[in-house]
Amino acid sequence: MKRTYELIYVLKPDAPESEVADLHKQVADIVERMGGTIDKTENTMPWGRRKLAYEIGHHKEGFYVLEVITGSGELMKEIDRRLKVTEGLLRHLIVRVDEAAIKAERARTKRTAESRRRRVARGLPPDRQPGEGPQGENEDDSGDMMFDGADLEA
Amino acid sequence: MAFGGPRKSGPGGRGKDAKAGDKAGAQRRGGGFFRRRKVCKFCADKIDDINYKDVKLLGSFVPERGKVLPRRISGTCAKHQRALRVAIVRARQLALLPYAAD
Repeated sequence: MKRTYELIYVLKPDAPESEVADLHKQVADIVERMGGTIDKTENTMPWGRRKLAYEIGHHKEGFYVLEVITGSGELMKEIDRRLKVTEGLLRHLIVRVDEAAIKAERARTKRTAESRRRRVARGLPPDRQPGEGPQGENEDDSGDMMFDGADLEA
Repeated sequence: MAFGGPRKSGPGGRGKDAKAGDKAGAQRRGGGFFRRRKVCKFCADKIDDINYKDVKLLGSFVPERGKVLPRRISGTCAKHQRALRVAIVRARQLALLPYAAD
């Protein structure tokens, strides 16, 4: 069963580039051995070196790497096991993303269909016309219902 | 039922009501104040996927202290508050958000 996962791990900020490359290779080896693929690797903005929200072992910064991996659950289990015993790693997290992506997609389709149905019911063309401004139907008062956390400090 | 009484009654009851409102920090529409209509940000902005990597978005629901902003304040709907909590917890594990701030 092929599934898509995201793996994020955080290295110590003083880890040399060779260590980053080394760990990536370790992960890649496991993925390859167990018949998966790495779809994406990111270690530049917004990842890479960034501030930690709290100190971990006297470190204030960490080096973040994001990998998107397609493979089996067994594969991810093995990666998790290996990362758990890896020295110099501050944190790691594996999250399955394919289901959430499908769900989001479904919600979007449903919403579009619903809005089209309503528009047709009102005798309008199904899609928004270029002339209809942002204050057109369905979005009458979106401006002042926006929530921003700034003025809520109790 | 007990709270319904003063609001509907005559002038005397009205004054009492306004006073109680001030005390609780609530602002009534008729009293010259406006309470901003609270609507779930995720419904309004059509955000289907509340992602733990979106620190900027999650950060707006995590006040200074580091706790999750309650629904009664933010107006987030139950469905999205649940998803939001999961995202915040994941972000905390990776030190993208704090567990607690001082």
